[in-house]
Amino acid sequence: MSKQRSFNVTDLPGFTTIAILAFLALYAPILTLVVYSFNDASSITVWGGFSLRWYEIAWQNTAVKEATLRSLIIATSASVIATTVATLAALGTTRTAPFKGQTAIYAMINQPLMVPEIVTAVALLIFFGIIKKATDYLGLGYLIAAHAAFCVPFAYLPIRARLEGMDLSLETAAADLYANRWMTLRRITLPLLAPGIAAGAMLAFVISLDDVVITEFVKTGGQETLPTYMLGQMRRAISPEVNAISTGLLALTVLLLTAFFLLTRRRD
Amino acid sequence: MAEGTAVEAIDIVKQFGQGDHVVRALDHVSVAIKTGEFFTLLGPSGCGKTTLLRLIAGFEAPSAGQIVLEGADVTALAPNQRPVNTVFQSYALFPHLSVAQNVSFGLEMLGRPRAEITATTERMLALVRMETLANRKTSQLSGGQQQRVALARALAPQPKVLLLDEPLSALDLQLRKEMQGELKRLQRETGITFIFVTHDQEEALTMSDRIAVMRAGHILQVGSPREIYTEPTNRFVASFIGETNFLKGTMVDDTQVALPGGEVLAVAVGAQAAGTQAAGMHAGQSVDLAIRPEQIRILPANSPDTIAGIVSGSVYFGTDTHCNITLNGTEGAQIVVRLQSPVSGSAGLDVGASVGVAFNPGALRVIGA
Amino acid sequence: MSPQPLPLSAVEQAITRDTVRRNWLFSTPALVLLSLAATGPLLIVLVYSFLTPGKYGNVEWAFSLDGWVGILFTRDIFDGTLGLADAHLKIFWRSVRLSLLTTMITFGVGFPTAWFIATRPPKARALWLFLITIPFWTNLLIRTFAINEVIRNEGIVNSALIWAGVISRPIQIVYTDTAVLIGMAYVYLPLMVLPLFAAIDRFDMRLVEAGYDLYASRWQVLRRVILPIVKPGIIAGSILVFVPSLGAYVTPRVLGGGKNMMIGNFIELQFGQGRNWPLGAALSILLLVIVMVALLFYVRAANREVGK
Repeated sequence: MSKQRSFNVTDLPGFTTIAILAFLALYAPILTLVVYSFNDASSITVWGGFSLRWYEIAWQNTAVKEATLRSLIIATSASVIATTVATLAALGTTRTAPFKGQTAIYAMINQPLMVPEIVTAVALLIFFGIIKKATDYLGLGYLIAAHAAFCVPFAYLPIRARLEGMDLSLETAAADLYANRWMTLRRITLPLLAPGIAAGAMLAFVISLDDVVITEFVKTGGQETLPTYMLGQMRRAISPEVNAISTGLLALTVLLLTAFFLLTRRRD
Repeated sequence: MAEGTAVEAIDIVKQFGQGDHVVRALDHVSVAIKTGEFFTLLGPSGCGKTTLLRLIAGFEAPSAGQIVLEGADVTALAPNQRPVNTVFQSYALFPHLSVAQNVSFGLEMLGRPRAEITATTERMLALVRMETLANRKTSQLSGGQQQRVALARALAPQPKVLLLDEPLSALDLQLRKEMQGELKRLQRETGITFIFVTHDQEEALTMSDRIAVMRAGHILQVGSPREIYTEPTNRFVASFIGETNFLKGTMVDDTQVALPGGEVLAVAVGAQAAGTQAAGMHAGQSVDLAIRPEQIRILPANSPDTIAGIVSGSVYFGTDTHCNITLNGTEGAQIVVRLQSPVSGSAGLDVGASVGVAFNPGALRVIGA
Repeated sequence: MSPQPLPLSAVEQAITRDTVRRNWLFSTPALVLLSLAATGPLLIVLVYSFLTPGKYGNVEWAFSLDGWVGILFTRDIFDGTLGLADAHLKIFWRSVRLSLLTTMITFGVGFPTAWFIATRPPKARALWLFLITIPFWTNLLIRTFAINEVIRNEGIVNSALIWAGVISRPIQIVYTDTAVLIGMAYVYLPLMVLPLFAAIDRFDMRLVEAGYDLYASRWQVLRRVILPIVKPGIIAGSILVFVPSLGAYVTPRVLGGGKNMMIGNFIELQFGQGRNWPLGAALSILLLVIVMVALLFYVRAANREVGK
């Protein structure tokens, strides 16, 4: 039997090779970073055997522990706030006849996706600076507010997508069966929206956890989060400790993203 | 308001869109539906039948006119304040609730006592023969089962009127026939007024007490299935319900019409004669004549009281054979005649054969031009 | 003969009013949060760009155009005359050049990648897509750090080359424009691939068959059929890469060192050692305007495509 080469219309010359190389290029540096976080040697170039040494060092580092805790507090608060307001906004702006100001609301909600982070960072530095001086309040509130604001569009998009995919007749049916608006929202809309809300909250959490630029500008002295701590470390001689922290953060991100995909993929 | 009227739509106008893009879905529609009847809104898609149903349910507000429910004006009431329930075309079962939870939802919203809710839910599930699947998720049900749950859910709060929006359209033919019978049974057993929307004329004819035929935002004719079928007042009604032959003619007097070839046919008997008089049809007026294919007989050529014609084709349909005949003296009009297929062999009508055609007395309808 | 439209009936009006009121009520918390912690402060930046720099940072409340003038000109320390600020122009030119190059490189690599993903069978496609999405959501800092580990003097590439005897001394990549370019292309590649994938995924592959049927070569099919049709995706991807590249801060800071600044780092400098807040504010507004123009261009291009 002679082997016949079939002409595949979707094949374009060299595309597969470039794509595979692109994936390798994307993942090789990250994997290297992960692998070397388990390296016993202090140098990145020498493999000194498997060890959890750098994780122990990171774990015993008070600064790292405090930064981690701070990052988690900020990310949790910010994602809860962002998801709440985003859910309400999604309920207010989807599946409605066009109304005056609707475009303005969209623009406002998606603003953090459009304005360069450095510009927002500078704006908040100035604005919060004024408030700090006026009120003497120097707590985490500023960081939480800033994070919550730029997380809103990330929480909003999956919730809105879920709402738009939802069968409109379900709420109509609830109204037909004597449910008032509040009951319809509580018993029908919100339960059906739950996967979208969870997905939005996860994205918001990941985005908050990763932020460097805005945090760097808004934080009051000593309020290091994990990313700003790492940025500070990179300025000095790079220690494999940062590898270990990065790997930990990476693992958390991948975990949340996987959950996000499972949540959004399931269709009822 | 007439005694025993469940729902009355009074001079309803519904328009959608704004500015230059206004579409009128209903144009001054009035209809009264009697208590306890199975009433069908029949028409092609876009005729406004679903809009009228949604107005009665309260999902839409009319642009003009009133909706009256058992004597009370409900035009301004929200859907959850109206004692009517709907079976949706897509069923709209709550996917996160079980079968029983779906059925009890309306009762819970009405704040009925727990014991009553449980009892009614069980009774309703038994009524639609779904009691064994009470704890299933609705996504695990077949189309027919979902349909039954949707019915039980809408019937559970014992509405004054049940609205059904093409509820059988998603089912395959066999299941559909079964559910048609089921719906009739439920209506008899509950005694609730049903308003049923469909575009399927056969479904409308077999199930309804009365039918309203709709087109382009208007109700063209309201009547019993027999009236609608045998006495269509309108060319659209005649052609939409069943198959109909149309012929052109000229009124001779109240009871006779002349075909273009000069043949004179008797058209009106009894009540119909009064109808044509009332419609102001006068001698010399051009009219359309309608006759059903099964109301025509084919006789040997030159038989008395027949019109001569030539067989131009025949199509075998199983029990029936449809025969196309070109009539003489009608400017080449073709009519279809429905004959019972003979047990064996052909009907003996070859293409090109000359025959005589006779119309059953009283079956020929004058419907204006 | 369409009938005269009726005005909205009282009930219709009440429902419409009620809906709009509810829409606004629900949107308000998000609007308040965003106007306090995102949009509102931008106005303050605009105001600050017209004030006088304070001696030790911050501003003095006196009107001045120095912030805006300072974008292009510097005042001579001795005679106070204005001269073109070569250092500033260099930074702008570097920002634009590196952003354009980043966009081109990511397109060159991203298009084949997106095509590859879109032409996989459905199950495999979901996996490849997931693989491109993970870096997309992964911390930018970590990814910058990872690429730094690869290209720095004691990094993987240099060590490997030295070990293999190809070179005797490490090639200096970090702290050059090249390093910044490699880093930005690396971190922004997923931003190019995702919209391209979305466009190719919608693309009707039968059109490729039709192209071949009409004697087109593979290259001609690509150029004459595929690229014109997926153009909205190309524009979207390019904007999505160009905009953050232009405002990049972390990548040039880590990989470019102190000397190879881009606009983002230059802005930061004005709020730090530079102590020229009005200049920083003016630069921020300028960057914002450029980005908005780019986005507007994108929206118009996208609308044109839709209207076709």
